[in-house]
Amino acid sequence: MRLTHTLKTAVIGLRTNKGRSMLTILGIVIGIMSIIMVMAVGKGAEDLILDQIRGMGSRTMSVEPGRMPQGLGDVYEIFTESLGDKEVEAIKNKNNVRGDNRVAPFVGFMDTVSHENEKMRTQIHGASELWMEIMDVYPEDGQMFTDSDVKQIARVAVIGSEVKNELFGESDAVGENIRIKGRNFKVVGVFPPTGVMMMMDVDSLIILPYTTTQKVLLGISHYHAILVQAETEAMVPGIVEDIKITLREMHGITDPDKDDFHVGTMEDAMQIIGSVTSALTILLTLVAAISLLVGGIGIMNIMLVSVSERTREIGLRKAIGATKGDIITQFLLESVILTIFGGIFGIMLGAGFTWLIGFAIREFGGFISWKFYFPISAVFLGVGVAGAIGLVFGLYPASQAAKKSPIEALRYE
Amino acid sequence: MPIIKSKNISKTYYAEEIETPVLHGLDFEIEEGEFVAIMGPSGSGKSTLLHILGFLDDQTGGTYHFNGKKISDYTGAEIAHIRNKEMGFVFQAFNLLPRTTTYDNVKLPLVYSEYPESEWDEMIMKAIEAVGLEHRTYFETSQLSGGEKQRVAIARALVTNPTIIFADEPTGNLDSKSGKKIIEILQKLNEKDKHTIILITHESETAHCAERIIHIKDGKIDSDKKVRHQKDANHGYKK
Repeated sequence: MRLTHTLKTAVIGLRTNKGRSMLTILGIVIGIMSIIMVMAVGKGAEDLILDQIRGMGSRTMSVEPGRMPQGLGDVYEIFTESLGDKEVEAIKNKNNVRGDNRVAPFVGFMDTVSHENEKMRTQIHGASELWMEIMDVYPEDGQMFTDSDVKQIARVAVIGSEVKNELFGESDAVGENIRIKGRNFKVVGVFPPTGVMMMMDVDSLIILPYTTTQKVLLGISHYHAILVQAETEAMVPGIVEDIKITLREMHGITDPDKDDFHVGTMEDAMQIIGSVTSALTILLTLVAAISLLVGGIGIMNIMLVSVSERTREIGLRKAIGATKGDIITQFLLESVILTIFGGIFGIMLGAGFTWLIGFAIREFGGFISWKFYFPISAVFLGVGVAGAIGLVFGLYPASQAAKKSPIEALRYE
Repeated sequence: MPIIKSKNISKTYYAEEIETPVLHGLDFEIEEGEFVAIMGPSGSGKSTLLHILGFLDDQTGGTYHFNGKKISDYTGAEIAHIRNKEMGFVFQAFNLLPRTTTYDNVKLPLVYSEYPESEWDEMIMKAIEAVGLEHRTYFETSQLSGGEKQRVAIARALVTNPTIIFADEPTGNLDSKSGKKIIEILQKLNEKDKHTIILITHESETAHCAERIIHIKDGKIDSDKKVRHQKDANHGYKK
């Protein structure tokens, strides 16, 4: 039998049971849709995160206390007090670390801030002017505090737009006081609405001089990180080595496994995040694949019903010259057409929902740079997987149909 | 060479260890161009015999030669090919495809054939013309009367121009007028187009429209005689 006629026969067979065919492919539609969504949103998230890290500049390194976390057990390492002024000065020293680097210590914590009767709990960062340059965010009202504010341990703050709205509403914030831990800080600048950058929601941040944060608020003498910005990207690996050697020498460490600090570069961060997001995507795709399996079983079930309903037709076709192969092809084509249609609908729905999710993330989640990402490979994958499911789950019903003896099939009531 | 040669064919059904013998060793030959009626009371095994002759069922004993070759020597694909090219079937229950037109029902065997598609339309129209259903060509078969349905089935059986047409009680579901029309068509196919026809019936009048009658009783051949005065479809003597 010619393929075009088998195809026509299969389409006619499906069309006679339109409602049933539609319901049958629902499982495949949902399965393919979820896989497409997981793949597209996963890729979008990865791109967004990597973009943000890249935005931080590939010239930037972050020296952090504790050795490079190897697992959950190493989390306590970040409480190590191994980085203080001594280390900052050592890193700034050109005899230790090559190049004309900019170095800025950093401390951060969460607390409640208030103005008059308004209160909110938020992230408080102790930083310097360099923070602003690295983030590339500048106040729209007022200005950033200066290095002399840092030296003088001034009680000044720059706040994000959301903090301003929460605490001050419509009225001006610059020149007013906010209270943190029972102390007053003068607001000198307000950031414009910026959204999330480098995994931080800039809008709900409060930036203070790191000296003030350290001494006045936390009463500590160490830092949570030391940011280092090199002149050029090419110098980064050498600087990382220099920092390691310098700090190991200072802390008397001979075995690198016993480091009480680690230097993170953007490249490291991108690699880690890339592997985390791909692992997550794979996991979620597997979960979505389960619904495809269920959908495939649904297809098999309906095809078996269809085969037994059409037993007489099968008998007749065999009596007038259909071979086993003809019958198998006919029923296989039916199930493959079903699943491929399911795959196409799933891809369209998946693309639609991916777009909607992207829209929601941009509009309501603050990730302005979220891109709608729809991989062409997902289209081929979707159709291919759906077709393969049709083949696999259609094979059993089709072979059941072909096996029927023509006379028994014709006698079937 | 006879087109059909049955040597000691027997058939026993097995169901849950109970043996039901249906045919007990039948010997006969049918030449090309013959019009043979197989007669017998219900349960005599005549339908089973027809199914074996038409490759729709397997015998359990004896040998069946079709066109000089033992059936067991044919492959599955060859058997499908012979059913398509050499044989046409007309069933008591019509067995037409539902929600399908006369034209598409008649086309069905061609779909499985080796005839080039360019010739199909002519072949289909010729077969429909042979059963006098030109005015019903594009009707769905559910809109046709019983007699017309059976004529569609005959057109389907003869569209590939087969050597043999097997008709299993073709008039069984029809009123006598429609039944006569069917027999008339079969007679014409035999005389004019030289198709071999094997007709199963339990009506003596219908059987006498054939040239030869094989009587089957309890799975054995009771008699195998030429019809001395062949009747026409209206049961008047011919010539």
